[in-house]
Amino acid sequence: MIEPIHRIAALGALGDPTRREIFGILAGGPSSVADIARRLPVTRPAVSQHLRVLSDMGLVTHRTAGTRHIYRLDPDGIAAIRDYLDALWERALNDFKAAAERSYTQEKETPR
Amino acid sequence: MTVMSQPQPQSQPQPQTAMSVKKTVLVDAPQAHAFAVFTERHGAWWPLATHHIGKAAAETAILEPRAGGRWFERGVDGSECDWGHVLVWEPPDRLVLAWELTADWQHDPSFRTEVEVRFVAVGPQSTRVELEHRHLERYADKADSMRAGLDSEGGWGSLLKIFAAAAATPA
Repeated sequence: MIEPIHRIAALGALGDPTRREIFGILAGGPSSVADIARRLPVTRPAVSQHLRVLSDMGLVTHRTAGTRHIYRLDPDGIAAIRDYLDALWERALNDFKAAAERSYTQEKETPR
Repeated sequence: MTVMSQPQPQSQPQPQTAMSVKKTVLVDAPQAHAFAVFTERHGAWWPLATHHIGKAAAETAILEPRAGGRWFERGVDGSECDWGHVLVWEPPDRLVLAWELTADWQHDPSFRTEVEVRFVAVGPQSTRVELEHRHLERYADKADSMRAGLDSEGGWGSLLKIFAAAAATPA
């Protein structure tokens, strides 16, 4: 069970479009930094930076093959999709609650 | 554990491997108002800044108010990206949405998970909203069906194994 604080952090990690794309590429199979950089309009250092964030959040893991780092989705982190959705709905329902209560109060106070 | 390879008819009991996310929130507003805000004013509260799939920044999110209606976002450039559609439309009690986004956040109409939202009146000005996003195990099913065509060591086959391991781990 990932603690709520980590869920929120993971949510932030996948909130970035480029990181989501990298996450999607790794969902298709293990890849090196160079492999990923070839498929996206970003530089290798930028890819490395994004991978570091995803790695810090426990979403991806890596091993070294010679001089290359091969990244893949972390088996424990892959509950990631579920955790991502969990955090998404937590956030969305809180925003929904606020909007519903605010608009109801306004309509009550504005006689038609 | 067993990973399902066929989508199950809705009438059957949930398999042991079924994965879902469940949320409940208490709203200080009447049931009909809560339902209306959730659906008609979807774009007014959805956290679009961080949760949209289009390349353009999202301007709004729209839930068409009928069974079969589209569920989609519209970007500031006018482009539209589908998320899914409305499966069940029962105002002001219940709503079931098809969430058709794959693991890499692409819309795929052949892939479906479900979001059921129930609006329960607990008082004249109080509504309990219960949400379940279910059939998340289908992310594994999807991988299973693709593995047959992509018999590779990496790719979707390994994603299936990862999901199977994750699904077997108690939450």
